[in-house]
Amino acid sequence: MLEMTDVAKVYRTDVVETHALRDISLAVAEGEFVAVVGPSGSGKTTFLNIAGLLETFDGGRYALDGEDVAGLGDNARSRLRNEKIGFVFQSFNLIPDLNIFDNVDVPLRYRGFKAAERKRRIERGLELVGLGGRMTHLPAQLSGGQQQRAAIARALAGEPRFLLADEPTGNLDTATAAGVMDLLDEIHGNGATIVMVSHDPALAARAERIIHLTDGRVAGAGSTGWTG
Amino acid sequence: MIAYYVRLAVISIRNNAVMSLLMVCAVALGIGMCMTFVTIHYIMARDPIPEKSDVLYAVQLDAWGPDQPASDDGTPPRQLTYMDAVALVDARRAFRQAAMSGTMFVVEPADDGRPFSATGRATGADFFAMFNVPFQFGQGWDARADADLEQVVVLAGSLNDRLFGGEDSVGRNITLSGNRFRVVGVLDEWKPIPKFYDLNTGPFDAPAEVFVPFSLMPALELPRNGNTSCWKPRDPGHAAFLASECVWVQFWAELQSDAQRRAYLAFLDNYANEQKTLGRFERPLNNRVLDVNAWLDYERVVNDEATMMLAVGAMFLAVCLLNTIGLLLAKFLGKAPEIGLRRALGASKRTLFAQYLVESACIGVVGGVFGVVLTWLGLRGIELLLGEIVTHLVDLDVPMVTVGIVLAISASMAAGLYPTWRACNVEPAAQLKTQ
Repeated sequence: MLEMTDVAKVYRTDVVETHALRDISLAVAEGEFVAVVGPSGSGKTTFLNIAGLLETFDGGRYALDGEDVAGLGDNARSRLRNEKIGFVFQSFNLIPDLNIFDNVDVPLRYRGFKAAERKRRIERGLELVGLGGRMTHLPAQLSGGQQQRAAIARALAGEPRFLLADEPTGNLDTATAAGVMDLLDEIHGNGATIVMVSHDPALAARAERIIHLTDGRVAGAGSTGWTG
Repeated sequence: MIAYYVRLAVISIRNNAVMSLLMVCAVALGIGMCMTFVTIHYIMARDPIPEKSDVLYAVQLDAWGPDQPASDDGTPPRQLTYMDAVALVDARRAFRQAAMSGTMFVVEPADDGRPFSATGRATGADFFAMFNVPFQFGQGWDARADADLEQVVVLAGSLNDRLFGGEDSVGRNITLSGNRFRVVGVLDEWKPIPKFYDLNTGPFDAPAEVFVPFSLMPALELPRNGNTSCWKPRDPGHAAFLASECVWVQFWAELQSDAQRRAYLAFLDNYANEQKTLGRFERPLNNRVLDVNAWLDYERVVNDEATMMLAVGAMFLAVCLLNTIGLLLAKFLGKAPEIGLRRALGASKRTLFAQYLVESACIGVVGGVFGVVLTWLGLRGIELLLGEIVTHLVDLDVPMVTVGIVLAISASMAAGLYPTWRACNVEPAAQLKTQ
């Protein structure tokens, strides 16, 4: 599903070079639930951005679903993001001016689905996350947990092959976080490939496999023994 | 997707009401100011009779004195002497021709109401057909009326309303400056702008209220209303004035082909040569005919001030657009997190560019509508300031309203290009972490 080989990323300014990723190689198989953990500054977010085609990389090779993404133009990268990747962010990133229905609608618009198909997917997605009765609410009218559920519905609406979650429970209280993790577990149980960045070992432990990043390198990987 | 973009734009404009209002005001002010001057320039510069402007010619004969030309640029006088005008009419060498002059009358109502003055035009029978003058009732007089010095009159609709309550007055008599005239026609609405056939009496003034045969000038000693230029002293009295070398008569000829134009010019030169043998036309041959648009250019109907005002209006629009660029930049960059998110969800730069350009265009539409309203107010303001001079100038027509709104949309989209480009180049990864 995801295969990185010697991928490197360097941020440069006039006076300093920061090696965010140093020739990391890793692979995530179809249907896996992988947690990427590491201390602050270890390169977790950079890894996630590159994996989600939000940033380019300076060296190495990255293949997403078998397609080498190096050298792809903006349109092709946008299309890949739209069709194959779903994002869940720490701060939910719902568009405050749009109601929940319209927020979930955003990626479907870019996919070019017809109105009826979009409506079907949105309603199904919001029902799945328990927000079927909140479609016309603005994000500000929902709790943090509900907003994250809406964001998950948005990520899943286009039925992507690959879900990237960046600290998905970072802004939630413990009880709500547990609910969101249960939802991710359920989604994974339905066959989705999930890569989750987290600094919380307890949450990471719910993944099938943990990848440790330290100073831009893969420090180690191991199975959590989780069975879903 | 355009409908989706418009919907997003409406939501965005509504949710950023103050900033949107500022942008709409900037666009509206710029458009209003620019369109006010563009409208005046457009009306001043437009072809007043497009269906015939290429076959109607102002005739100029150089009967000026030998010592210096009539104009600094060496062009012949703008008007003719009475003698020459009558001679050209009598020659009837054009398809149609008309000598004419502004005049004034005192109208004496039949019901013993108070007399009042009315603007007049003494002209020939061909005038009405030459200039496609529309009639409500009756028609113009014929060539026989000119020849027989018939006291006939054509009234403007406004004067007919005043004298006869708008009824068909053909056949009825009115008294003008002590002389009885029989009404033969009443004009329909007719306001050529500019009043190309006689620019001396104000290029943007209304046409005359009373039209009478030019051939009555000597018999009734009709007064002149317009410009008179003389290069030679003249004797007192009306008859002496008519026989003088003073130029005060406008002369127009309808020439339906280039061959006719060349033939008419040759006729004018022959006429001038004949006059030379009589001791007149002492200057070198310098006769010409100018079609309507060439005549308006020559007479500089669109003067330098109007052109300068146009430039000032354009500069004002540019300043307003610069402000709009700043506001759009602030607005769109304020949306960087949303832009980053949309990029993450699959929007390409091109898609976002279209979305935000549509938002710029929507601001332009609203700004354009208010700009047209401001244009109307601006034109009314100029009308109040300058009075009659521009009374007939300041009507916004459908093409100008369309131009105003299209200009506003184009200007807003142009103003939105840079902010949109900047917004679309936002790094999504940087925004998603900071939202």
